[in-house]
Amino acid sequence: MYKYDEYDQAIVDARVGEFRDQVNRRISGEMSEDQFKPLRLMNGLYLQLHAYMLRVAVPYGTMDARQMHMLATIARKYDKGYGHFTTRQNIQYNWIKLDQAPDILAELATVEMHAIQTSGNCIRNISSDQFAGAAADEVEDPRPWAELLRQWSTFHPEFSYLPRKFKIAVIGAEEDRAAVKLHDIGLQLYRNDAGEVGFRLFAGGGMGRTPMIAPVIREWLPKGDLLSYVESCLRVYNRYGRRDNMYKARIKILVHEIGAAEYARQVEEEWAHVKTLGLDPPASEFERIAGYFAPPAYDADLPDTVDRTDPDFTLWIDQNVSAHKQPGYAVVTISLKPAEGIPGDASADQIDLMADLADKYGHDELRVTHAQNIVLPHVRKRDLHTIWQALEGAGLATPNLDLISDIIACPGLDYCSLANARSIPLAQKIAGRFADLDRQRDVGELKLKISGCINACGHHHAGHIGILGVDRKGEENYQLSFGGSAAEDTSLAKIIGPGFNEDGVVDAVEKAVETYRGLRTEGERFLDTYRRVGLAPFKEAIYG
Amino acid sequence: MKLVTGNDLESGDVVWWTGDGWSRHVADAVDAGHAGESIAATEEAARRVNSPYVIDATATADGPRPAHIKDRIRAAGPTVRPDLGVRPADANRGEWVI
Ligand code: SF4
Repeated sequence: MYKYDEYDQAIVDARVGEFRDQVNRRISGEMSEDQFKPLRLMNGLYLQLHAYMLRVAVPYGTMDARQMHMLATIARKYDKGYGHFTTRQNIQYNWIKLDQAPDILAELATVEMHAIQTSGNCIRNISSDQFAGAAADEVEDPRPWAELLRQWSTFHPEFSYLPRKFKIAVIGAEEDRAAVKLHDIGLQLYRNDAGEVGFRLFAGGGMGRTPMIAPVIREWLPKGDLLSYVESCLRVYNRYGRRDNMYKARIKILVHEIGAAEYARQVEEEWAHVKTLGLDPPASEFERIAGYFAPPAYDADLPDTVDRTDPDFTLWIDQNVSAHKQPGYAVVTISLKPAEGIPGDASADQIDLMADLADKYGHDELRVTHAQNIVLPHVRKRDLHTIWQALEGAGLATPNLDLISDIIACPGLDYCSLANARSIPLAQKIAGRFADLDRQRDVGELKLKISGCINACGHHHAGHIGILGVDRKGEENYQLSFGGSAAEDTSLAKIIGPGFNEDGVVDAVEKAVETYRGLRTEGERFLDTYRRVGLAPFKEAIYG
Repeated sequence: MKLVTGNDLESGDVVWWTGDGWSRHVADAVDAGHAGESIAATEEAARRVNSPYVIDATATADGPRPAHIKDRIRAAGPTVRPDLGVRPADANRGEWVI
């Protein structure tokens, strides 16, 4: 885990003081909302339907137990006892009082956390693979690079007022667990034929109202050139991004309009200059950062087997535990999608418990996933049963990772001021329809994602089944789409036909699943069958 | 009828114009008639409320019912957490929203 140096701490502390002053001026009446709004947004403070909402950054989704405990403390002390983990690997609090916001930021600063750049047209929190540093299929840990990008992008003066927000993801494995091709810039570490590790850089992807898959802008980027090259990508975008129209202002529109080859040409031209400015850190500085991400002190000679006599425990192991690169270890994903629960929500007590487990059994590390779950990346296999029992007691042992009830759902109209329709009750109804775990397991991997509006925070474009809430003459209505993926086989879901009301969409999802069960061949997921047979049989079953 | 609603500056709570101030309960809201926009402008300028706006509602035996579901959810709280709403003890609250 990275530890702040005196510069990191000083700028975060200074920001707390500055925001406290701004809040005081707003409350005293000195500042209007129009004047204050951009300032509060720079500190992650939104005004939502019921109250202010604070979005706290979890850098590349990584935290230690002390930080996770602080998230619980904030939920308990300043909010209504819970928090919501988001698809950006962050956490949001829904019931914040304006005059308490600076105190919350001050508390966060004591554990090296903040809410800076979690909103606004700037470079947002860098996201990454939740299995980074642990995954068996990893070429190199992406987190030191994500941290380097975090330091470079924090308060970057040139990129504080971009045409639109900017999201960067970094991974170090072939399997894409961070949706890199659906980011403004996606970076993938890989090994070339000569055995060297470098980056493949994608740019111009995104979801929202105009979803696009990012093309490759540079097939091979030496690692040491990362900052200067990304800076060049941003410069070209900052210069030519469409500031005249916020719906066309994301980099994806620029790359699409001028073409990937022309964008790449302009970036290379810019880079020829930027490269000479000394922006890329010396190897020693990178080594300093990378040192914080050294693997934990693994125990050698641990048993690499698990006792599978308890069937419930075995079920959880098979569904929620993944391979670790170190023998004797495993990666645990804690599902925040219990039956009838709210996807991504966790109570203060649950957050504390997960922090305790990380502290005791997980080398003091936790990750937030973009699918709104929590990961303990380094646990001994021999501790799995104890961990499972503790999770079970807290309602956190639902064995449904990547199954149809592991739904991504944005806050929707229950909380979000931009929403057209509710997402959470729909997620609950679909999960309820498939409550039988044997049925879910028989259906297998099925990523269902729900957004309450076109902004697509619920990643519906990337769902094997995606659902978008729309407003039809004041009534909630839902559009169904099939065939999306956020993994290495990235694809965008396509709308299948006219929309449904809430019950209608639950029925339609069930019909689609049963159609798949009737058509699948050995080993095929819903997505594979859909890709093989196309929409027609599904449409026939649903609209008949 | 027309209601004026916004969020309280400090707490962020949803509030409704009562004729001489702001209440957290939509049942206290009054018909602002044609004065809605000017009430909103005056109150916002006086820093008493955040981002006020005028909505349509119907008068019912239980008090005003906002026309749009978004404002009914604002009035009652998240439908998925009835325990956190303004009327947690009200068993009919869900039906009122939908
Ligand atoms: S997708 Fe829309 S409704 Fe959902 S959280 Fe994002 S902005 Fe709000």
